[in-house]
Amino acid sequence: MIELDHVTQRYGETAVVDDLSLTVAEGEFLALIGPSGSGKSTTLRMVNRLVTPTSGSIRIRGQDALSVKPEELRRRIGYVIQSGGLFPHWTVERNIGTVPELLGWPKPEIRARVGELLGVLSLDPGSFRDKYPHQLSGGEQQRVGVARALAARPEILLMDEPFGALDPVTRVALQGELKRLHRETGTTTIFVTHDMGEALALATRIAVLDRGRLVQVGSPLEIVAEPAADLVRDMIGRDERGLQLLALETVATRLRAGDAASGEPVSSAASLRLALSRMVATRTDRLPVIDEAGRPLGAIHLADLIGR
Amino acid sequence: MPGGRRLVRNRLLLLLVVAGLLAAFLLSFVSHAPNRLVSGRGVGLGEVAGGLRWLALLPGFLLLPIPFLPQRREILWLAGIFSAVFLLALCWLAGDSVMRLAEGAPPAARTSLGSGFWILSFCAVLALVDAVQRLRLSTALGLLIAALVMAFIVALGFSGAFDRLSLALEIANRRDVFEAAVMRHILLVLGALLPAVLIGIPLGFWAHRRASASGGLFTMLNLIQTIPSMALFGLLIAPLAALVAAMPWLASLGIAGIGPTPAIIALVAYSLLPIARNTAEGLSGVPAASVEAGRGMGMTGGQLFWRVELPLALPVFLSGLRITAVQAIGLAAVAALIGAGGLGSIMFEGLFANALDLVVLGALPVVFLALATDGVFRLVTAAVEAGPR
Repeated sequence: MIELDHVTQRYGETAVVDDLSLTVAEGEFLALIGPSGSGKSTTLRMVNRLVTPTSGSIRIRGQDALSVKPEELRRRIGYVIQSGGLFPHWTVERNIGTVPELLGWPKPEIRARVGELLGVLSLDPGSFRDKYPHQLSGGEQQRVGVARALAARPEILLMDEPFGALDPVTRVALQGELKRLHRETGTTTIFVTHDMGEALALATRIAVLDRGRLVQVGSPLEIVAEPAADLVRDMIGRDERGLQLLALETVATRLRAGDAASGEPVSSAASLRLALSRMVATRTDRLPVIDEAGRPLGAIHLADLIGR
Repeated sequence: MPGGRRLVRNRLLLLLVVAGLLAAFLLSFVSHAPNRLVSGRGVGLGEVAGGLRWLALLPGFLLLPIPFLPQRREILWLAGIFSAVFLLALCWLAGDSVMRLAEGAPPAARTSLGSGFWILSFCAVLALVDAVQRLRLSTALGLLIAALVMAFIVALGFSGAFDRLSLALEIANRRDVFEAAVMRHILLVLGALLPAVLIGIPLGFWAHRRASASGGLFTMLNLIQTIPSMALFGLLIAPLAALVAAMPWLASLGIAGIGPTPAIIALVAYSLLPIARNTAEGLSGVPAASVEAGRGMGMTGGQLFWRVELPLALPVFLSGLRITAVQAIGLAAVAALIGAGGLGSIMFEGLFANALDLVVLGALPVVFLALATDGVFRLVTAAVEAGPR
């Protein structure tokens, strides 16, 4: 879907992005993660040509992105930035309708789409449509920002630390909604963050960057199980790695079918980390496991968490 | 002592009331002279408000206790209404007393408004402004009240109430000159504003795009602002005269060392700073995130400017234009000294001939033009801002 091929971006002598090659498949949720100055934002902004690479090529669905008019390319790509960037003089409705309006959609269609998106992002269309950005909380503004990026049903969604400025509770809530949205729409997404927890929770694949170079690419499990560099280990948190591993696997993978245990049951879809937390909190070494419908499946043992 | 501090609830209004009382008792309300060359005899308010006419002063008396009352909304509304009605009553009383003094007097006799009238009216206007501000009315409503009061005074004028006033006689005597001066004044201001906008906006743009290089520009424009207007007008005479002497064909375009040419050049020079600075300030006030988002969503440079940057910069730009216009209206009056014409020429004629009525005749329209321009711009700015705020 998106192919970055030996892409380099120089400002004077320093290469912000250095000979980077990366492919994002259709429907993937790729997290670009790295410390500040690692070139993750620049890489993101090359996809919609807010930055033109010094050398290398970028292809989107096989088409050379550098040969398309930048404005036309950007209207096909949703874009969310950290501070929201809502237009303060426009209502929520007009903000969300920005790209459809640029594309010349008929007014009733834009109106319907705005209502639909407000609903999807848990904002009541009746009360939010005509509000101005300054009347919204930070979380609401960012929801509108996401709705605006999705308005014209883009092929690709680019997000540059979209939840970085939000309080932890709001951030977790919005991460949950984004995950659900991605599951429902399957829009190919590139998400820039410096928070490994966020990347592990959301992404289907993670690319770790350092000083413009690609350090490691892989699924969340691969990244946590086999970190390729000290930087990656540090980003996970050296003491956190075990817990992060548990967080990425479900109870179903370590289930002892048919076994019995007493106490409050856990769902087979829950993470191993949750099961461990529950065991420690209730001072027990085994928990009953149930399925989504609440039927008993078996039990999970503390010893099995360590792995087989 | 807390009780003592609570006694006066509105110090400004108390000051105005005291000043008004002093003016009413000590100063002449109108002044009457057998002709315009001799100084007149002052006529006090007591003499003017004979018979039942003192009833017209009633709204003024009603203002007396208001500084000592709690400044609640109802009280403030009353204060505003009393002030406005009092102002109108003063105008009517002035016209009426002038009319009676002029009866049977020779046609050369002049009755003009005295210092007592001016100070009382001034106090009434300030009391009205104070009430409106304390009520925190919207810009539009405040301007509506101002327009209403003005309309009443103009209506009084049209009903003939001021016809025998020396000021009105002067207008009647030199209607052509007066109207031509007003037109000339407006043309001078517009003639200066148009080039100032056409040059100032690009300069502001440039200063915004290259913030590091803009320091020199604003230093220079600031320098021009600090030159006294008279000096700048004077400084332009010699180079322009030399230019025309060198290139005589310029004279056929109406360019000359004195007259409107140096006046307009100086006015443009003065206007550039507020226009360029407010253009640059307005543009840099546009949130960077909005510009980034607009670009990222596929707006072209033009779309970004017309849909995002311009609307967000407009209120600041308009307030720059307002300051510029009001400033130019005032400065254009001084330009009369280098032969540019306009209302200033009537003012200076009056000053040099020691005819105070002529000075007022020139000054009042300048004040009115400035206030009206200010009001219109404030209204437009408020309308532009009304959406998001």
